[in-house]
Amino acid sequence: MSDNAGSNTAHLETILGCHDHDPGKLLQILREIQEQYGHISPDAITRIASQLAIPRARAESVASFYSFLHIKPDGAYRVLFSDNITDRMLGSEELMRRMCQQLWVEPGKVSEDGLVSINTTSCTGMCDQGPAMLVNGRAITRLTHQRVQEIGHLIRNRTPLADWPADFFRVDDNIRRKGLLLDNKLAPGDALRAALTLGAANIVEAIKASGLRGRGGAGFPTGLKWEACRNAAGITKHVVCNADEGEPGTFKDRVLLTSYADLVFEGMTLAALAVGAQQGYLYLRGEYRYLLEPLQAILQRRRDKNLLGEKILGQPEFDFDIAIHLGAGAYICGEESALIESLEGKRGVPRNRPPFPVTHGYMQQPTALDNVETFCQAALAIQMGAEKYKAIGTTKSTGSKLISVSGDCPRPGIYEYPFGVSVRDVLQDCGAANTRAVQISGPSGICIAEGEFGRKLGFEDLPTAGAFMVFDDSRDMFEVARNFVHFFAHESCGFCTPCRVGTSMLKQTMDKIAAGHGTSHDLNEVENLDRVLQTSSHCGLGRTACNPVLHTLKHFRPAYENRLKSLDFEPAFDLDGALARARQMTGRDDTGAHLNTEET
Amino acid sequence: MNDTFQLDGASVPFAPGQTVMQAALAAGHYIPHLCYHPEFKPHGSCKLCTVKIGNHTAASCTMPAEAGLEIESDIEELNALRRTLVQMLFAEGNHFCPSCEKSGNCVLQALGYDLEVHTAGFRHMYPDRPLDASHPEILLDFNRCVLCELCVRASGEVDGKSVFALAGRGITKHLIVNSASGLLKDTNIALTDKAMEVCPVGVILKKRVGFSKPIGERRYDQRPISAQALDDAPRTPTGAKHE
Ligand SMILES: Cc1cc2nc3c(=O)[nH]c(=O)nc-3n(C[C@H](O)[C@H](O)[C@H](O)COP(=O)(O)O)c2cc1C
Ligand code: SF4
Ligand code: SF4
Ligand code: FES
Repeated sequence: MSDNAGSNTAHLETILGCHDHDPGKLLQILREIQEQYGHISPDAITRIASQLAIPRARAESVASFYSFLHIKPDGAYRVLFSDNITDRMLGSEELMRRMCQQLWVEPGKVSEDGLVSINTTSCTGMCDQGPAMLVNGRAITRLTHQRVQEIGHLIRNRTPLADWPADFFRVDDNIRRKGLLLDNKLAPGDALRAALTLGAANIVEAIKASGLRGRGGAGFPTGLKWEACRNAAGITKHVVCNADEGEPGTFKDRVLLTSYADLVFEGMTLAALAVGAQQGYLYLRGEYRYLLEPLQAILQRRRDKNLLGEKILGQPEFDFDIAIHLGAGAYICGEESALIESLEGKRGVPRNRPPFPVTHGYMQQPTALDNVETFCQAALAIQMGAEKYKAIGTTKSTGSKLISVSGDCPRPGIYEYPFGVSVRDVLQDCGAANTRAVQISGPSGICIAEGEFGRKLGFEDLPTAGAFMVFDDSRDMFEVARNFVHFFAHESCGFCTPCRVGTSMLKQTMDKIAAGHGTSHDLNEVENLDRVLQTSSHCGLGRTACNPVLHTLKHFRPAYENRLKSLDFEPAFDLDGALARARQMTGRDDTGAHLNTEET
Repeated sequence: MNDTFQLDGASVPFAPGQTVMQAALAAGHYIPHLCYHPEFKPHGSCKLCTVKIGNHTAASCTMPAEAGLEIESDIEELNALRRTLVQMLFAEGNHFCPSCEKSGNCVLQALGYDLEVHTAGFRHMYPDRPLDASHPEILLDFNRCVLCELCVRASGEVDGKSVFALAGRGITKHLIVNSASGLLKDTNIALTDKAMEVCPVGVILKKRVGFSKPIGERRYDQRPISAQALDDAPRTPTGAKHE
């Protein structure tokens, strides 16, 4: 619960002390202050800056970058509705409207008594059990009208979050199909022992031979990455696990960290052995804050068993430990170099590359950074041996892949398949019917329509980080694309011109079309924006931001054209729209309060 | 013997560690740029300097020069891209050139003329960005900020003050100053700071020096930016002489 302003400075000092007054921990410090006080007051920023001996403007600049950090007073209860298209399809917009009515608050504003604020947030990774929300950073799943109403009452009565029904916070794994990963019978330490018998250099060789490719989306060969990091000059090296899982529709890393965390840490530890790293970091997205304590307990258990810490498993020169860093609401921090910036306590802005993280990563030192699932797969590949591992999947996509299925199907959840499974097979297994389209690998991925359901998941055909959102024939694909466009505009870090301005323009154009003011000129503008975003954006976010529109235009052009006016040009300035505020203030909505601009 | 790469068919020598932009300017070849400044570490954010290497594009100000690269820059496809980027920057802020003290000395305006940006291209966003006139000698007109971070770099790296920083994210990203009040008067900025000189547009202005040189006789009124930039560029002895 927020106790107003930063008046209680004792806590602030404790938090700063816990982080050794290290400016590199700025984000963690800000995050804990946010958690403690409900917002980060100007006073707190001044104090933090002076205590860390950094310019105040830098502290403010970091605090204002992350969505979950508030530098203005916010509600004592901060409600954020997950706004992925899958949440919307489950009725989140209506739930939010009703909650706003119930609590007398406008979306995006704080109630007059400072009790509550209600807003939306990017996908919280609960698509298989949505609609979902975060209340003061805690995930709540399976929202219904009744549940939202109960939450409204609890807030009105100022019931502390700790006393809310535990069932609200229940998060299910929903594992529907197991393969070599989800069915593994490894005990903690098994894969590590296998790795130790191989020896550091041979781990790299084995991973190379296994054909393992990164599961975070880009599919970079993991063995080559580890080899480059191993060969990079420098004694201090790092292993980083990317658990930012920000791509809407993806939630398999959440399940791995919930029920297979030992395997994740085991993979990180053998990676450390392979590259010669002493320190590891798990970068955990803020939305998964509730996993922090359980994960810390597992880390402690591993230390107790000598699977982490000094002289791991009795090996004289094998020291390695893992720390957990929390994100604070920024999709861009999933991009590897932005993640490293964020780990260093800065704004999550992608770096200029080269140099790459394998030589100049965390603290400009060699860093092996991989996705959660990649570390699990690496541990399995070492345990099974490269030959056996390589036999699973396809030639260029070896092993298995976890798919996060959500949307229009009766059995959403986690499905593990050998690479090479067809979209049709996945649709059949999850019970989807009358499917119109599937969004593979999230908004930055590919939208495919019925004729293409024979295509296969794998780097040869449909590369994927795991999201698999199903849309049946009742869905309007224009609205799907518009939701994704809003997501990119909200998540653009703002560093480079094409993406900062282009994603916002794209959003305006899609909203204009949605409002019935679109023309064919606007569709041309979308195509122009796409060229600019693709050719000149600084990172993958900008380069893929137009995909949702381009792909849906290709398959579902009528969904756009039906909304266009027959005109070629439509002024951007809407006279009647400009009066909306006046109507709202005067409470009028009669015909006299409208300008009649329609020629009907 | 120096290594070389090809830029629009011309051979450009470079020293190890140079970027494509540095080598090109030193050898008398202009590549449009906005956030790049010869005295500072390249930033790579405006993307006006985007060039083509085969099918692939990159910002030339951050791209390390490599022997044998075949780079295209002055081609219609890239100049069209640059025009759109300039239009985006105009649309994102509030630029009323006729009343701007920087008119004629403004890099954004000069790029607009040089690249032949004749239309607005996009709906303007008309952001609400109040001025900061709190300081007795200096005015900040945030309306014109193109977020190039040159003032941030100058104040941090040269002046050792960090008077400026960028806050927010995405389209709400904006310039802030280093004070709890948020006002420039409460910072330790001085007229002699490097940060006072570097703004390519009309954000950081000395008060009471308005229009001392008439419009028409200003920097980019005399020579287009493509020529000026070459005059300003540090030359390596090996670089081919310009003109
Ligand atoms: C905008 C953007 C967001 C990304 N988000 C994630 C993410 O949430 N998780 C992830 O593992 N990789 C993400 N990536 C990919 C990472 O940059 C990186 O390639 C990956 O973590 C490397 O691990 P891997 O080789 O194991 O796949 C993202 C990339 C971009 C451009
Ligand atoms: S493409 Fe977008 S997210 Fe990536 S650096 Fe540019 S502004 Fe930031
Ligand atoms: S004030 Fe000027 S120098 Fe500073 S970021 Fe804005 S445009 Fe660049
Ligand atoms: S000059 Fe290269 S990105 Fe701005």
